[in-house]
Amino acid sequence: MKHVLDITDLSVEEINSLIDTAIDIINNKEKYQEVCKHKKLATLFFEPSTRTRLSFEAAMLELGGSVIGFSSASSSSSSKGESVQDTVKVVGYYADIIAMRHPKEGAPMAATAVSDVPIINAGDGGHHHPTQTLADLLTIHREKGHFDNLTVGFCGDLKFGRTVHSLVNALSRYTGIKLVFISPDELKIPQYIKTDIIEKNGMPYVETQTMESVMPELDILYMTRVQGERFFNEADYIRLRDYYILTPDKLENAKKDLCIMHPLPRVNEIARSIDSDPRACYFKQVENGKFMRMALIMKLLGGI
Amino acid sequence: MTIDQIDNGIVLDHIKAGNAMAIYRYLKLDELDCTVAVIKNVKSVKMGKKDIIKIDSLIDINLDVLGFFDENITVNIIRDGKKVDKKHVSLPEKIINIVKCKNPRCITSTEQELDQVFRLTDPEKRVYRCMYCDSSNNFLP
Repeated sequence: MKHVLDITDLSVEEINSLIDTAIDIINNKEKYQEVCKHKKLATLFFEPSTRTRLSFEAAMLELGGSVIGFSSASSSSSSKGESVQDTVKVVGYYADIIAMRHPKEGAPMAATAVSDVPIINAGDGGHHHPTQTLADLLTIHREKGHFDNLTVGFCGDLKFGRTVHSLVNALSRYTGIKLVFISPDELKIPQYIKTDIIEKNGMPYVETQTMESVMPELDILYMTRVQGERFFNEADYIRLRDYYILTPDKLENAKKDLCIMHPLPRVNEIARSIDSDPRACYFKQVENGKFMRMALIMKLLGGI
Repeated sequence: MTIDQIDNGIVLDHIKAGNAMAIYRYLKLDELDCTVAVIKNVKSVKMGKKDIIKIDSLIDINLDVLGFFDENITVNIIRDGKKVDKKHVSLPEKIINIVKCKNPRCITSTEQELDQVFRLTDPEKRVYRCMYCDSSNNFLP
């Protein structure tokens, strides 16, 4: 039985196969309508999340399966003091697969020790969020047609932004990727990401505080939100949340085929006026996320 | 200064000077009833100075703890006053319930019945990471 806690739990071949399946789903939706009939997905969301939970639920429903679960810790037995492991053990008797989000890092890893059904990490604090990375990879694949030889800029909260860490990790397995990190000093990419992933794989990278200077080089610009829930200090959050706002004037020197991504939710880091720009891909990511979750659920349930 | 020879017990030798008390704590030697001698700053040809711990009983020693601390420590087993075995320690691949993760965002900070597991991820730099949250060398005794 396979669990997916981190994007590196999937090999490049497995990711390619998921992308192929997702594209086949996009082109032949009816073929997959009953693939997971009589199967149940449990969405255990110990932390609120609209899009990820609904994406998982929509994915399972479109595969013909059904969904059970809860959407906050207060509506689960964890509010009575039940451990994550006990909750997962119990749910394993009701469901065939679990998608789990938890505010604490490593909670899904703890769950796998006792689970009899596959667990998908739907986000554990600032740690991993592999299905967002799958959504990002499908988006890059559909927009660019390949993963190699791209200059990828990451902007905003690169310290706590788990989607950034996961995507950097995923891209480290392709060749010719150049990374550009745009962030204030306080939210720079963590040293361990640099030493363990970027430098280890010999990926060229630059760090800067200004978006404009690097914009012409970028094939992909991955914007992130400064997440209040990751800060222990409210004053730091307020000071940093509006540090980078992408506006049309900042895109003047950008490539015509730039792909602007964002894991959403957006607050104000991308101006609404950019939504109509053909380079805006962040809503496409949402849809791609559902297709990749469908492919992943099928794979973990033995369907592909 | 003279420390008595031991007849049946364990001598932890070549401890880096200054580390003996930490090892004493990690091995929970304070819980033993037998005689335990912690000898600090002993002159050493090889090391300049070193610490030694003598335990007057043949207890089970957690070699992973010693390897985690210092790969140069040697463990001498004494029977009937003679050294019958000499063990070298190495960096353990995994350490369980020896240190605690210090990351306040880690699941182990709230679910304290979970085993505290650290995995060796970079033997050259002696980097251990929490199995749950991947924090590195970020632990409490």
